[in-house]
Amino acid sequence: MSSVLCPDIPNSGFSFDNCARNATLEGKGFPVPKATKTGTTIAGIIYEDGVILGADTRATEDTTVSDKNCRKIHYLASNMYCCGAGTAADTEMTTNMIASQLELHRLFTNRTVPVCTANQLLKQYLFRYQGYIGAALVLGGVDNTGPHLYSIYPHGSTDKLPYTTMGSGSLAAMAVFESRWKPGLTEEEGKKLVRDAIAAGIFNDLGSGSNVDLCVIRKGSVEYLRTYEEANKKGKRQSSYRYPPGTTAILSTKTANIEVHDVSIQRIDTDLLMDTTS
Amino acid sequence: MFSRAPVLVENYAPSSGPQDWMSAPHSTGTSIMAAEFDGGVVIGADSRTTTGAYIANRVTDKLTKVTDNIYCCRSGSAADTQAIADIVSYHLNFHAMELGEKPLVSIGAAVFRELCYNYRDSLMAGILVAGWDKRNGGQVYSVPIGGMCVRQPVSIGGSGSSYVYGYVDANFKQGMAKEECVNFITNTLSLAMARDGSSGGVVRLGIITEEGIERRVILGNELPKFYEG
Repeated sequence: MSSVLCPDIPNSGFSFDNCARNATLEGKGFPVPKATKTGTTIAGIIYEDGVILGADTRATEDTTVSDKNCRKIHYLASNMYCCGAGTAADTEMTTNMIASQLELHRLFTNRTVPVCTANQLLKQYLFRYQGYIGAALVLGGVDNTGPHLYSIYPHGSTDKLPYTTMGSGSLAAMAVFESRWKPGLTEEEGKKLVRDAIAAGIFNDLGSGSNVDLCVIRKGSVEYLRTYEEANKKGKRQSSYRYPPGTTAILSTKTANIEVHDVSIQRIDTDLLMDTTS
Repeated sequence: MFSRAPVLVENYAPSSGPQDWMSAPHSTGTSIMAAEFDGGVVIGADSRTTTGAYIANRVTDKLTKVTDNIYCCRSGSAADTQAIADIVSYHLNFHAMELGEKPLVSIGAAVFRELCYNYRDSLMAGILVAGWDKRNGGQVYSVPIGGMCVRQPVSIGGSGSSYVYGYVDANFKQGMAKEECVNFITNTLSLAMARDGSSGGVVRLGIITEEGIERRVILGNELPKFYEG
């Protein structure tokens, strides 16, 4: 029994409810609904004393922009973040589930979790699903052995690299890294480089767009720069384009009155229901 | 979208359009090699990992540690071979703890074969297992795609290998000295990388002897040059 006051708690994990519906639709010759794919530019580098991750903020459904300012840099642990490209739902669920496993592992071992542990958990999880979980990830973090950066592909293969890009804009972003990345970049140089790589994706790849998000992970501190830059600022309208009243001649007018019969407001006393003292 | 069966790079469909590379699974279209010499084995590989026509990693390390004295050269699907190597590594470490000594290379190869054979319908993995043990010295085992296992004094693998079978047959000698064997492998891989489009980058080497492993890298501009037309 479900109500506003006592809502049903949905089951956690994957829901396969729509599979039967999609099979029926396909059988009748309708196109199968597509999952939201984040045509994306995500990137990461290792710099002097940490890792910088970057992402654009466009989410697409086919050719439609479904979210102009979404988050693609996901939290994994206090010393680790993860950029996601591919199926939006899969990147979100995968990072959430691994984040919870990492937190339990930290509590159990009472230590900062190494980045290679997160990498191993993610690759084993994705390999188990043989590529059906469409999550392409850039994992970055700092642990006791220093900064680490991994790229993880949907089929479960991983690469450990000093700089990496992923998503549909990865070629544009990689071009920037290949020409300008060098060992021992300062934080300012690093942020500029990642910004430029993401901007290259935003402007040259149709699947990427809107703003630049950055995340700087140092030893012992994290700086999540949500909307580091608005790459596509809306221009200011130079003058009013409204027509003054009377521009068009009025040929006829007609007025219809609407009668309001009854207005009622019901209040629900939430304080009573929140009482948990007994 | 991500459900396409893994394809070796040399066979990838010509229909792989510019939009297709993202969904194509990662494969190591590869040149790998291993050879016994007097006192151990030398293993070698190129460093290219491709997704369709895009080079996803140009500095890959395809020589993967299994135990201190056993390494493997990976070719085929990157995801499959990484997963197999991780599982074999787990089994052999467990085996070493129960045994109280280093596992034999033949046992390492047998574990690879077991996995590659049992899961032959869902795996795309061609692996060379190489290492040194007290009983049999340096050994090379080839575990190709169907899950066979065979010991060979020299073995080559991956898409680039088909270009250099003749060179290997003509130049391999039993019981070479270490540096002679290293040069033989460097030359073979350079030739393979020059002819095979899905191989390239640097040459990574590993020399496994009683003392353990010695790793070397030969940069792209330092590779031996042959006839270039």
